[in-house]
Amino acid sequence: MTRDELARLYRQMLTIRRAEERLQKLFADGLVPGFLHLSIGQEAVPVGVSSALTDRDTVSSNHRGHGHTLAKGVDLEGFFAEILGRATGLCKGRGGSMHVADLGKGMLGANGIVGAGLPITTGSALALKMQGEGHVAVVYFGDGALAEGVLHECLNIAALWQLPILFVCENNGWSEFSPTERQLATSLDKLAGAFAIRYAVVDGNRVAEVATAAGDLVAAMRKTPAPAVLECATTRIRGHFEGDRQEYRDSAEIAALAERDPIRLCAQDITQAGGSAKMLAEIAEAVAAEIDAAAEAALGAPLPRAGDILADVYTTTTRAGG
Amino acid sequence: MSEIRYIKAVNQALADAMEADPTVFLIGEDIGAAGGSFKATRGLLDRFGPGRVYDSPISEAAITGMAVGAALTGMRPVVEIMFMDFTTLSMDMLVNQAAKARSMFGGQGSVPMVLRTPHGGGLNAGPQHSQCLEAWFAHVPGLKVVCPSGPADAYGLLRAAIDDPDPVIVVENKALYAMKGDLPDAPRDRERIEIGKGRIVRAGRDATVVAYGAAVAMAQTAAAILADDGIEVEVIDLRSVQPWDEALVLESLTRTHNLVIAHEAVEAFGVGAEIAARMADIGFDELDGPILRVGAPFAPSPFGKTLEDAYRPNADRIVAAIRRTLA
Repeated sequence: MTRDELARLYRQMLTIRRAEERLQKLFADGLVPGFLHLSIGQEAVPVGVSSALTDRDTVSSNHRGHGHTLAKGVDLEGFFAEILGRATGLCKGRGGSMHVADLGKGMLGANGIVGAGLPITTGSALALKMQGEGHVAVVYFGDGALAEGVLHECLNIAALWQLPILFVCENNGWSEFSPTERQLATSLDKLAGAFAIRYAVVDGNRVAEVATAAGDLVAAMRKTPAPAVLECATTRIRGHFEGDRQEYRDSAEIAALAERDPIRLCAQDITQAGGSAKMLAEIAEAVAAEIDAAAEAALGAPLPRAGDILADVYTTTTRAGG
Repeated sequence: MSEIRYIKAVNQALADAMEADPTVFLIGEDIGAAGGSFKATRGLLDRFGPGRVYDSPISEAAITGMAVGAALTGMRPVVEIMFMDFTTLSMDMLVNQAAKARSMFGGQGSVPMVLRTPHGGGLNAGPQHSQCLEAWFAHVPGLKVVCPSGPADAYGLLRAAIDDPDPVIVVENKALYAMKGDLPDAPRDRERIEIGKGRIVRAGRDATVVAYGAAVAMAQTAAAILADDGIEVEVIDLRSVQPWDEALVLESLTRTHNLVIAHEAVEAFGVGAEIAARMADIGFDELDGPILRVGAPFAPSPFGKTLEDAYRPNADRIVAAIRRTLA
């Protein structure tokens, strides 16, 4: 991968990182309502995968979905406004952090139910196959979702019907507060093998590896619709949610996370590819300015009007209710 | 006009909708080669091919969720869940996903999917193949629920459901599948029925019975029995449970001043409770007697014939309720 290609991916990763760090601060200041699940440490996965996608490809995500959403190209100000619960948010302040969606960008939504994106994306892949234009569907899920029944249903159907779906597992080793080995009696490569689904595993903290693997898998399924599994070994640096003190994690494990920071690794790759410290600093400066502008605009945006509670429950105006 | 059975009306509605709109497709267990457990989809695989009629594995959660995803991706899926009892396996996809997507995403899109499923007893199918769970879905903002009482309604409500931009649960009553009725021969003459509107199926001045599904015929029988005693009962077929035609029920109540609600579902915490509560509020001044409900007792639907016969509501119980509210 060239220096400039890496720099483009680096900038996207840094945007996600800085956006989440800003959210972390806003949350600590009491400005983010509800729960906040940060994907700090996992940015290389959505950025690498999205480099293979267009707006016509669909993705769905999970509770830790900020990176997936931003990497799909949604508007940064609308993203902040949504998580801050503002009327100008991508979902008018009705969804929040766990439900950011942008259907125009093919982003079918983050999701508050573990594994729920799997059937939705499998159905999206069926629709895309029926439409026959070579688009693909991508579902992001964590290792915690491997224990959900719908994963097995969807792997089976995707294989039976040869659907153009990329199952992207972000394996960060933790299912909420429990290590994966207490959650799963098998492994994803074996599950994929059981359904004869193409499987690849990458270091999910090396964006170039993710991008190359996703690019190959997606290119193949655009030509001939078929499912694939991409397992990305990655790292959850923050807790399950903000406020989780991670007392269940070993201090040595946490100390080792910095070594594997995907942004640091990408910066090293850029340097090796001939990039300068000045180049990295310019990117950081540009990203910081973008984040400042988006966050400030969102903080100044109006709150939703209480009178809008019933809007958009149904498309039609026929009165439903109780 | 041709006389056709309820199940054939469902089949005709699916065929007409698929003919009219290439984005309509069917997904369900044994709906293709086998034509469905109750044969609602008979012949559709041959006519429309495997790219429109998907015989799915036994994976209710996945196929319901796939309908949500396909609907968000520009299609109009119609899912069949073989028995309403099995929708328990589809619940996350219906309640957390289909129902909420539009509101939760700020009105960006909608989920134009239909889930067809049969409820009801009378076939000695036992506790896991007979339940009437429509009140669960009516309780979830974002879902619509319709319940046809005969062949013409089975056609018209299903066509309206497939056209609807929001998720609609079409609850068919399996004991009615053999019921006969008229449907026009020319496709253009076959009418859709507006979701949310009820219909007065028998006019009367002394009491109103609100019913839906199989209870409509029971209410009509009850009305005929009471007519012999000079009691004129008005029977409303609700047709649509969510949204329900509150204005029609209230208007009828202002003429009859007595109200009974009948359904096959368990009486407690049911559709009847909602209608009773609303009428006790907005129709309070019109009431000359207590609002009474006729439904199944608070027990699982039993298997044995004597037990199931005793369990299911019938015309006699509706007659008794009307006499009691008039007393």
